[in-house]
Amino acid sequence: MTSVYRTKDGGRIQRGKPLRFTFDGRALQGVEGDTLASALLANGIHLVGRSFKYHRPRGILSAGADEPNALVGVRRDAARYTPNLRATQVELYDGLEAESQNRWPSLALDTGALNGLISPFIPAGFYYKTFMWPRKAWDSLYEPFIRAAAGLGRAPTQADPDRYLNRYAHCDVLIAGAGPAGLSAALTAARSGARVILCDEQSEFGGSLLAETSATIEGLPAQVWLQEAIAELAGNPRVVLLPRTTAFGYFAHNLIGLNQRVTDHLAVPSAEQPRERLWQVRAKEVILCAGALERPLVFPGNDRPGILLADSARTYLNRYGVRPGKRVVIITAHDGAYRAALDLHAAGVEIAAIADVRATADGPAPQAARQAGLPIRLRTTITGTRGGLRVEGVSLAAMDGGPSQSVACDAVLMSGGFTPSVHLFSQSRGKLDWDPAAQSFVPGRSAERERSAGASRGLFGLAEVLADGAAAGADAVAAAGLTPPAPRRLEASGIDLGTDGFLGALPGAGAPGAKAFVDWQNDVTAKDLLLATREGFRSIEHIKRYTTTGMATDQGKTSNMNALGVVSEALGTPIPAVGLTTFRMPYTPVTFGSLAATSRGVLFDPVRTTPIHDWAAAQGAVFEDVGLWKRARYFPRGGEDMDAAVARECLAVRSGVGVFDATTLGKIEVVGPDAAKFMNRLYVNAWTKLAPGRSRYGVLLRDDGFIFDDGVVGRVAEDRFHVTTTTGGAPRVLAMMEDYLQTEWPDLNVWLTSTTEQWAVIAVQGPQARQVLEGLVEGIDLSAEALPHMSLTEGKICGVPTRLFRMSFTGELGFEVNVPTSHGRAVWEAIWAAGQPHGMVAYGTETMHVLRAEKGYIIVGQETDGTVTPDDAGLSWAIGRTKADYVGKRSLAREAMNAPDRKQLVGLYTQNPSVVIEEGSQVVADARQQIPMRPIGHVSSSYMSATLGRSIALALVSGGRARMGQTLFVPTADGEVAVTVTSPVFYDQEGVRVNA
Amino acid sequence: MLLITCPYCGPRPELEFAYGGQAHIARPQQPADLNDDAWAEHLYMRDNAKGAHAERWRHTHGCARFFNAVRDTGSDRILATYETGTPRPAAGDLVGGAA
Amino acid sequence: MHDTLTAQRPSAASMSAPAIVKPLPAASRFILQGSAAVMAAAAAALALPDTKLACRASAHGERAILWLGPYERLVIGGEAEGAELTRLLAAALVDLPHSLVEVTDRQIAFEVTGPHAAELLNSACPLDLDLSQFPVGMCTRTILAKAEIVLWRTAPETFRLEVWRSFSAYVVGLLEEAGRA
Repeated sequence: MTSVYRTKDGGRIQRGKPLRFTFDGRALQGVEGDTLASALLANGIHLVGRSFKYHRPRGILSAGADEPNALVGVRRDAARYTPNLRATQVELYDGLEAESQNRWPSLALDTGALNGLISPFIPAGFYYKTFMWPRKAWDSLYEPFIRAAAGLGRAPTQADPDRYLNRYAHCDVLIAGAGPAGLSAALTAARSGARVILCDEQSEFGGSLLAETSATIEGLPAQVWLQEAIAELAGNPRVVLLPRTTAFGYFAHNLIGLNQRVTDHLAVPSAEQPRERLWQVRAKEVILCAGALERPLVFPGNDRPGILLADSARTYLNRYGVRPGKRVVIITAHDGAYRAALDLHAAGVEIAAIADVRATADGPAPQAARQAGLPIRLRTTITGTRGGLRVEGVSLAAMDGGPSQSVACDAVLMSGGFTPSVHLFSQSRGKLDWDPAAQSFVPGRSAERERSAGASRGLFGLAEVLADGAAAGADAVAAAGLTPPAPRRLEASGIDLGTDGFLGALPGAGAPGAKAFVDWQNDVTAKDLLLATREGFRSIEHIKRYTTTGMATDQGKTSNMNALGVVSEALGTPIPAVGLTTFRMPYTPVTFGSLAATSRGVLFDPVRTTPIHDWAAAQGAVFEDVGLWKRARYFPRGGEDMDAAVARECLAVRSGVGVFDATTLGKIEVVGPDAAKFMNRLYVNAWTKLAPGRSRYGVLLRDDGFIFDDGVVGRVAEDRFHVTTTTGGAPRVLAMMEDYLQTEWPDLNVWLTSTTEQWAVIAVQGPQARQVLEGLVEGIDLSAEALPHMSLTEGKICGVPTRLFRMSFTGELGFEVNVPTSHGRAVWEAIWAAGQPHGMVAYGTETMHVLRAEKGYIIVGQETDGTVTPDDAGLSWAIGRTKADYVGKRSLAREAMNAPDRKQLVGLYTQNPSVVIEEGSQVVADARQQIPMRPIGHVSSSYMSATLGRSIALALVSGGRARMGQTLFVPTADGEVAVTVTSPVFYDQEGVRVNA
Repeated sequence: MLLITCPYCGPRPELEFAYGGQAHIARPQQPADLNDDAWAEHLYMRDNAKGAHAERWRHTHGCARFFNAVRDTGSDRILATYETGTPRPAAGDLVGGAA
Repeated sequence: MHDTLTAQRPSAASMSAPAIVKPLPAASRFILQGSAAVMAAAAAALALPDTKLACRASAHGERAILWLGPYERLVIGGEAEGAELTRLLAAALVDLPHSLVEVTDRQIAFEVTGPHAAELLNSACPLDLDLSQFPVGMCTRTILAKAEIVLWRTAPETFRLEVWRSFSAYVVGLLEEAGRA
């Protein structure tokens, strides 16, 4: 089944290896080495999509990353569906399923094309105009219409099952682009011993050489030289070669983002391979060899399927063995199109006409075309095209007007010259210069350690490009501190095509009824841009946003320079004065999977667990996330819900004994002769007189006077404190301590060590806690006299060294047993066994929260929010009054910090004891006031207390401590809840139980 | 991602560092001696330089030390890094001279 | 935990031999902080060369001193010699202000070894691990994706990772996933 469009020989495809694929369900055949685009063209298919706004039929325009039209979805299965791929970059594999986009119900019959008929009514900026009025029509008419018509491609319907990996890499020289300049640079750099990374977005290295049939390098045919160059690089262990890898972003300090597509080209990807790999390369020096992009010409009807870029057509012919048509018309402003014409002519394609918009064309390529007898018409343009789903002919006319002549054809090739690809350079914040001779922006002053070489800086002759690459390689190597090899000029023969071109719209683009496209993907015509300038837009950034030119997924690769040309002419302002829009990453779209890499599923974040975690899980604990930690929230038994489990756990702790995993609490060992002095300067409390073996509840403020963290601090020895922090606060408290120590008080002889994970912490709480532990400890007297509330001791438990604290966050007699983490599970189980005769329960964080709320103990981050002072929280008692200073003290002296109407911590009793208020609710003094009501406070904690047989709540209420007994209200969706202000300590106000 | 030269460990990726705000703001020895305005000035008021800016960084996931850097806030170039407690380098001593 | 957590081929294109992640035997560990004099005295007491150079370890047998910061070292010894290390250091440092804190149970050690150990680590560690830039004997705190680790190159193709205990499952899982390629 050979197609008339496939040549008999030549190119880099394997004609003997056919590949089956489907396009919109139609079974087709290509060969190995094809892209989807080349395989479609080989089957005579140009129509591949519908345009975004007008739903006009569109064909393949280019052969690379710049393709604006041929966006397709490629489907492996329901989860592996990738929309918006450029068919020009999709490598064909056996069984590939592709579909066109943005058409309904089918590609050939698209009702959205009605937009074309009403196009006079949807000009530039139509979003801003049409849908403004009447306002009421927005919901019923405009939004549904836009939603139905908008959007490009479909998202897959299932989670992505593929794997993606990340790789950090470093090198002396990173070279982006493996065309002749990049290869030449890489060879030079590699020969100096540099660590080199060479990447290219294509499946094969070579760039323009892959479509080269006649040029020679070093006396070898270009493609033979290419093969040898790649072999030399591949044999160098300091060189990493990355084909199918797009340098998509240039980040600060020479960090380049590369997107490597590992398996997308494979018919059956291995499950062991990632689909893509994100490379984050830190390069000492960078060489940008991104090449150049051919510009389309802007003439009426320039978007019909069958109209493509001339050099792309040459690529299809020479690299893929595909003829774009049987009879073609060429329109050009650059000699390159003549080279394409000659190659096509030699391959048996009829050249119906070469329309050159220039007055002269005397370069070697036009001369060769003349000699070959090709029909050349100078100063000639296309004033219109015809054809429905495929171009059928063009109208040619003189540039300065006059009658037009119709020429039949089945393809049109166009060339407006070449635009250097300066995307990465511009992303690096380098400054672009305007080259008036080449009518191009080229890289100017660098902001990073990089240089451009070859076509990406406006050089086009093969010998010149190779020499430029070698020079860039030598320059980069020297800048990286290595010695470049002796310069060696590569002999090369290639045809000189000059740097002519055309920017803007050709005559007739503005004629009535004409549609001369500048931006294919966003359907922006020359007339849209002219309209914008007539409406007063001057800045190219504004025109871009108003017309959406250059804002599609191709980011204007083919359109930006022509848009500038149109605007420049309309405003009578030179192009460099009109300016250029910002080049943004990514160069081409990058999947979210690649950017996320391994940060998904169980590896999204570290899941920190304690040594008791598996025991708790086996007991059926329900866990909650606290920071990165998993903490047991409650331990339901026999189908209990959370409320029932928490009620049972609370009652058991109050009446008997419970055990709680407090391992996640942050712990910091503060050690050194100045430890007490350091603690004094930092915490509000007085530490000097705290004896070794005693502990204190410490409160830490920021210097703005607000509570930052809290925790029990034990003095282990004169020069050693065991500081605990909240679970989530551990890293920030250590960071704050280090900050003051290193930057304010470097004179202090004290040092900080995180011991959070050195200790497992088992809290044993309840009236029978002492009896449980008594039989397990060695050399420790647990009596109230020897070990009173807020004290600690060292000794052994279950044969293991322990720091045993007498402390309580429940209001009951309590201990916290610290043991080295590796013994945590064994000691926990021993305590559990010893507790069973006492009816011990394991309790979780939810029960802990209720128990502490019954006692009015705050939780930092729940009762505090960064605006709560110690006095607001009822913690004035903790402050060491006689201290000259501590962090936050000066701020507490401000008048506003002592205002009587500050929000203060109080308890709230709902007047209906069974109502549990929602946490976060606002509190108001008068429920009958008008909405919006004036809140005087908010509820910070709210629970059903099984111990008290009623609900309780903690709240921060303006002037709260002066409101005891007052009735306030909590407005809810179901009406207001009346509450009575009370003490925040609901249970055992005398504190008898904790001292038992 | 910046490449920051830690004065102790050498050039390291930004991922290892934490930003610490403007440098060379010493906490007053006797905060109680300051009036409210002066204390507020110390606590809250910071430069918003366009160009060379001396700022604190901490090599949190490295040597864990705080140090200072002069960074050009326009270009993100780091012009100098130096140990806490040492003076800000003179303009002539910065990478590439004055920013 | 199995002995060999993963045997892998990190990338078909660039890698051909495995890198292996395995837990190392238990050890005793201390964080020692103080002046240069403290570090010199401690090294002498443990019969190890002083680690004056930034990001360098000195080691002999099971004992090692790792430079973590200008005033901070990680001291590692055999599992059974924690008490002996405490005694030696306390005696040597009795007159010098310092902080010695046991962190034996705070972290777990792993070894990543094989011709592609560096590339495997570079799937999540942003440092340049080329032998010329991260030679044998170099050690540093750094990051492995979202975990902090201490990384120590003990041989050209072998790294020791010290990982806080609760991050170890994440670190192993990450290396396993990255190595599955």
